[in-house]
Amino acid sequence: MKQLFGRPNGLTDVLQRYCPGCGHGIVHRIIGDLLIKLNIRECTVGIAPVGCSVFADEYFNCDMIQPPHGRGPAVSTGIKRARPDCIVFSYQGDGDLAAIGTAEIVHAAARNENITIVFINNAIFGMTGGQLAPTTLPGMKSTTSVQGRDIKKQGYPIKVCELLAGLDGPYYLVRTAVNTPKNVINTEKALKNAFVNQIENKGFSMVEILSMCPTNWGMTPVQSKKWVDDTMMKYYPLGEYRNRAKEEK
Amino acid sequence: MPQVKILEEVCKGCGLCCDEVCPVDILILSPNRINSSGYHPAEVTDNGKCIGCGYCFKICPEPAIEVYK
Ligand SMILES: Cc1ncc(C[n+]2csc(CCOP(=O)(O)OP(=O)(O)O)c2C)c(N)n1
Ligand code: SF4
Ligand code: SF4
Ligand code: SF4
Repeated sequence: MKQLFGRPNGLTDVLQRYCPGCGHGIVHRIIGDLLIKLNIRECTVGIAPVGCSVFADEYFNCDMIQPPHGRGPAVSTGIKRARPDCIVFSYQGDGDLAAIGTAEIVHAAARNENITIVFINNAIFGMTGGQLAPTTLPGMKSTTSVQGRDIKKQGYPIKVCELLAGLDGPYYLVRTAVNTPKNVINTEKALKNAFVNQIENKGFSMVEILSMCPTNWGMTPVQSKKWVDDTMMKYYPLGEYRNRAKEEK
Repeated sequence: MPQVKILEEVCKGCGLCCDEVCPVDILILSPNRINSSGYHPAEVTDNGKCIGCGYCFKICPEPAIEVYK
């Protein structure tokens, strides 16, 4: 029998230590597929973040580096400039990218650095125990906003696609989700664009992915995927925020 | 005929594939089987009905699903 779908060779055989129903695994599988389909596995350098996916270097079957918290875009810049023949992707959570790493992502985008950013927005600090993230929704409970995020005290969430779309630099900015097969398929397309843009030397591409964190949302995986539809997407609308490839046509 | 296979030891019993994902509704969390990590893995109720769409594979975080033809 012919295999239609199965674990891609872009992933190692190491079993992932994520919680049941965690969105990180779905995104890892998509990237693992693309490393093979785009024939870039041997020339790719991935950057693992600090966060639950800190062990991503064990999971992706390509060269990997794990720099300090939030510095993925800066380290990616260095690697890509020193070795333009490499394909470089930085995989980051919302704590990593939108809190401690805000400066790095903004400046890499402003420079239209020719790198690919995979941004997992699960509206929470996962690894450290569910603290408020810059992306935590107004009214959403976390271990550091037990009554729910109060915008008077903790301010408004950062919408990263919209923020970066205020810059002239970035080439491709898109927000997707991984809570249904249809949204996973759209994420596959978006991530493919984000890697192809780099192969074609187009510049900075970021895919922001709304992703489930059942453990710190205090929900079952099935409740979590519905919450992405019913609540998260209302605050973080899906869609393209910049696509220079379309503008150039 | 397409066939779906659950890798029981890799499955974390999250149930994502069992809820409104399969167009022919043949995936459930096993009520009695349990893997060595303590999870109730997904189970196929009627493999003869599988249409090989791969939706279950796409939503599986591990991935603990393979689809054959
Ligand atoms: C310099 C530094 N500051 C703080 C931390 C603690 N820390 C570890 S992970 C993390 C945030 C993780 O959240 P996120 O990036 O959203 O990833 P997730 O775990 O949700 O996937 C923080 C603050 C650290 N490891 N290093
Ligand atoms: S804490 Fe959340 S983000 Fe981290 S592995 Fe568990 S579900 Fe995934
Ligand atoms: S491949 Fe499609 S039809 Fe077959 S079990 Fe999976 S979701 Fe159902
Ligand atoms: S989605 Fe994967 S891990 Fe979750 S129950 Fe189904 S087969 Fe198991």
